[in-house]
Formats: sequence, structure tokens, C-alpha cells
Amino acid sequence: MTALLDVESLSKHYPVHQRRLFRARIRSEIRAVHNVSFRIEEGQTLSLVGESGCGKTTTARAILNLVEPTDGIVRFMGEDVVPIFREGDRARVLGIRRSLQYVFQDPWLSLNPRWTIGETLKEPLRVHRPDEPARWNARVEELLEMVGLEPHHAWRYPHEFSGGQRQRVGIARALAVEPKLLILDEPVSSLDVSVRAQILNLLAEIQDRLGVAYLYISHDLSSVRFISSHVAVMYLGKLVEIGAVDEVFTNPRHHYTRALLSAIPVPEPGAAQTRIVLQGEVPSAMRRPTGCPFHPRCAAALPVCAEIEPMLEPPSGGHGIACHNPA
Amino acid sequence: MPSTLVCASDAPAMNTADPLLEVRDLKVHFFTRDGVVRAVDGVDYSVNRAETLGIVGESGSGKTVSSLAMLRLVPPPARTMGGQVLFEGEDLLAHTPKQMAALRGRRIAMIFQNPATSLNPIYSVGAQLSEILMWHEKASRRQAEERVVELLGLVGISDPGARLRQFPHELSGGMKQRVGIARALMCNPSLVLADEPTTALDVTIQAQILELLADLQARFRMSMVLVTHDMGVVARMATRITVMYAGRVCETADAGTIFSAPQHPYTRALLDSMPRIDQSYSGSARKTLPTIAGRPPNLLNPPPGCRFHDRCPEAMPECRKMMPVETTIAPGHSVSCLRRGSTGVAA
Repeated sequence: MTALLDVESLSKHYPVHQRRLFRARIRSEIRAVHNVSFRIEEGQTLSLVGESGCGKTTTARAILNLVEPTDGIVRFMGEDVVPIFREGDRARVLGIRRSLQYVFQDPWLSLNPRWTIGETLKEPLRVHRPDEPARWNARVEELLEMVGLEPHHAWRYPHEFSGGQRQRVGIARALAVEPKLLILDEPVSSLDVSVRAQILNLLAEIQDRLGVAYLYISHDLSSVRFISSHVAVMYLGKLVEIGAVDEVFTNPRHHYTRALLSAIPVPEPGAAQTRIVLQGEVPSAMRRPTGCPFHPRCAAALPVCAEIEPMLEPPSGGHGIACHNPA
Repeated sequence: MPSTLVCASDAPAMNTADPLLEVRDLKVHFFTRDGVVRAVDGVDYSVNRAETLGIVGESGSGKTVSSLAMLRLVPPPARTMGGQVLFEGEDLLAHTPKQMAALRGRRIAMIFQNPATSLNPIYSVGAQLSEILMWHEKASRRQAEERVVELLGLVGISDPGARLRQFPHELSGGMKQRVGIARALMCNPSLVLADEPTTALDVTIQAQILELLADLQARFRMSMVLVTHDMGVVARMATRITVMYAGRVCETADAGTIFSAPQHPYTRALLDSMPRIDQSYSGSARKTLPTIAGRPPNLLNPPPGCRFHDRCPEAMPECRKMMPVETTIAPGHSVSCLRRGSTGVAA
């Protein structure tokens, strides 16, 4: 069976120009995303986790061609979409975008303040279903109901809503054209704790009902544990570990994953938590360490780690890690 | 430990029930064009010597405003409308501005949420930290800089002598927060207010900073007020916890009790609604997280009676009419809920 989304060796490098006194420019590059591969099956959720700057969002944007990938294959429903985006044939691009929708992090910035909620929800229909305007209103009503809002909310403006309600609108907008895959970029991190649970439940319920797959991007590991079936951990633009969520959370094998998980304070005072506190900070992507990017902070680093970059085992076999000396 | 560092509160520190700070019936209102927002509406809590009080709540619960009010730092259109802030027996709300200026940064210091904006971008680290000592203790620049170097080393900054000449933009987020902590410790304060000190940081850096704060607090026997929305952070750090909702205190108890036997329906619901990193949610039938219905009230027009009654699973008709008064139900454990035996006053 082919996966719904099959990302193979996806890379996004940014060139860096530096001015020097007697030479015009020295070019180097930042590897924002390097050689990332993963698959998402229909109806499943893969979470991309990692700290800020590790390339989670760039990966998602490269899949949608919101930034053009430097290299790699993005197979969506069996078809490599990178050349389709590059050629820019509108009908085919729209066809992909229809099945591949994006929910943004900040519901305050991602809704047009001058549009009513109804207009916002009709916009994707206007683009993707231009031939059946008579059915738009019914669809808007259906969408509002699906995300737990009332039909009369279609007449309201974004400023009349709370953060949680706005995020519901953002989700409804993404669902409007019946996508196969939703990319959720930190959908709950700007929400309050009590509202967060409501949105997470909504996402789980929608998935059970519609069978839509999610690529869930987050640094909040407890919500990742709840929402996802699989999880991929990124560090400095690279996948370091990937596997089924329970497997990775209970038996993390990459030393970065272990440190990341143990860094999350558990809401239980005096919990028997073996804390691994990492020394130092994430190096700048400009000065990427040689070999394994994590080796300068890794307690289990071997001499080989500074020289040879470990490759992620093909993730087809369930649990993959990129480490010379796994735990 | 370097010799010039003196314990902030050495003498009666062993007595655990020895309040260093007592906040009584604190009220802070915002006078906006739309009306009066009762952001903090009758809040009581106390901080004992050498302990960490965690104040948790969602945004708009009044946790930050009440801690700013202690230092008399609430900005207009907010005004402190009543109450007492007793610090080592003195009511800070009765102090003159001059007295407050002498106290801030010396006896009570603050660690801010965003290290990127709380440091002055146009002064070097050394200049903005030594200024504190030169101002409060009339130290010479040389003395002050010695102390800065010592403290930067203490908060885990490598090569502190060279960092002195660096500017905030040359430091990473974690480093800036370490400088922020060093700044708070410049004068050996007896109380440190930390307002979401790790919210702006990544989790692995957060773990470093929390470890540093816990270590420094134990070493100098400081008292600390830790304001946060993260239950995990308070579980790791706090001795006692105060839970706030919509400008009022719901429940105060020692940290173990809050997590193992919470009494207030809001505390219970809040803890239940958080997904746990150490619990599996996959399986044939996916579990649903318990949620709190509705959303926090608008404090321009708060609900009558108990602020939580319209979202509360245990609400009864009286909850609409009576405002519960914080009542002690066990030693060190107080709750404001009519269902848990609190008395009510007519709202």
C-alpha cells in the first residue's frame, strides 16, 4: 500500500552571503532541513517535535511548497508534487492544495479581521468549488457545526471570538474542501490550558469521523502524546528518531529524545523522574557541528560521532534512530 | 562558595510557618473606557521564609498583576484599590515612592518572563548589572563589577569576565535569562518574584534554568514567588501552590496536596484536562480529555457569586448568589468553594 504522504530526503538549504574586505562574497549555507524522510498513512497522525529552530515548520512549508525545497521527493497520494509545484500548472497545484490544508499557529493573525467568519469559510470554496455557489452556505453551516460553533456565528467577525473559537474557525476553514491531510502547526500553543483540551478533543473527534490524516507540529510533548500515532524528533534540521508514539515515549533510544522527554516537568511533585539536563545550548545552524549534530551535548558521544554523521535507519521498520551509540 | 555572598535570611529561617510576605485582600482594578475590570479582586496569600510559592492560573486570572502590585508596579489604567502587602511586617502599600525605590531590587527582586525585552539593549551586561549595586549600596564601579563577575559565574555563565562587556543581543535566550537571574540576586534579596521565568525558553533550556533556580534558592534560603501557567513547572519547583481563577484565589495548599488531593472543582478540572506525557492515549478507542466547559469569564462583567459557577460541574443554586470566602479545611490547606464548606457572602 502506498502511503498518503511519503517524504523522501527532503532538504531546504538557505544560502548565506557574507561580505569580506577584499573578496566580494563567501557563500555558505544553512541547512534548515536536511535529508528528512517520513511517511504518513491515511487517517494517521505523525507529530514533528523539536525545539525552536530545528526545522519543524520549514519541513511543513516545504511539503506545501510554501518554501521551495532544495532537494527531495514529496510523494502525495502516489505522485511527486515537487515538480508539479515547480511547473505551476494552476489546475494541478489547486488539486494538491485541496487535499493538503494548513492550520496556522496563531488564530489572531490568521483570520482576516475585515471578513465575517462566513466569508472566511467561503473563501476556500470560492477557490476550489467555484461552480456550485448555491451550496456554499449549506457547507459553511455544516463546517461550523462540525467544529462546535453555531450557524449564526457565520455573521460575526473574528474580534468577537475568543482564541479557542478562532482556532475552531481556522480548523473549519482547512476542512472546507475535504482535505486528506491537515498540517497543524502548533495549533494549541497559543491557547489557555483549559481551552487546549477542548481543541485537542475536537481534532481527535474530527479525525475519527472524517479519517483525515494529520501532520502535527509541536514542541508541547504532552499534547503530542495525546494526538499522534507516530512521532518524529528533529534536531538541527535532521530527524534523529522516528517511531510509534508509545514506543518512542516509553523507550526513547536517541539521547536527544531522552533528554527532551526528561526535560518536561511532570505534574506530580517528587515524581521519580530521572532528569537528564543537557549542557549547553542548541548550536547555531550556521556553525553546525561535524558528524552527528548532537555530539557536543551528548553524554554518550563516541569519537566516531564527531566525524561520521549517523544516518536514520529506513523508517519502514517502525522505530528508526540516527545514532552511533543508541541507548 | 565565594565569601562575599551572605545568606539572605539566616536567623529565623528554620521556622516554616514564618511568613515573610503576606498579601491580604489585595484588589487591583483596571479603569478602561469600557468600565472597571476587576483583575485582582480580594486575593490573599502568604510566602514563608525559604519556600517557593507557586501561583498558577490561566491568562487573565490575575497572577501577574497581583505580583506586580506587591512591588507597586501596576501600570495605569490599573490601580491598586485596597488590601495590604505585609513584607517583613511593613505594609508596602503604605510606603512612599522613595521607600519603594529603595526596596525594589534590594530586598525584593524580580525575574521577568521575556529575557529578550527585560534587559536594556543599549547597555552592556556589566553596566546594567553593576548599576544596581552602585545605586542601592553605593558601591564603587570596581566593587560592583567584581560582584557581577561573581554572580555571572554563579548562574553558570562561562567566562564571566568577558561577558561583562557583551550586550544582550550577543547572548542566547537561555544566557539572557541567566543574566536576568544574576540581576535579581545582585543585592541578596530575601524575596524573588519570578514571573513565568521559563515560558519563553525551549524545554531543554527550561530544565537548565529551573535546576539553577532550585539550586540558588536552596543555597541562599531565599523565598520565591513563582508565577506560571505550567503545572509541571510548579510541581517541580514549589513548596506550596496557590491556584487563581478570574482574579480570585481558589485553593492554596502544599504542592503534594494540590496534585494528590485537590479540593476545588477548578483545580481538579484543570489537572484532569492536561494530557500527560507519561500516559498512553493510543489503543482501539481513543480516549477523550476531560474538559472544562466554556471559557474564563470577562472580568468587566464577572459572573455573580462564585466566579467559576457557570463552568463548574458541581455548582448548586447558592453558588450563583454567594461569593465563597477562603476557608481552611486542613492545616495549610484552604479552599474557597461553597461545596467544600466555605462560608459565603452575598454577592
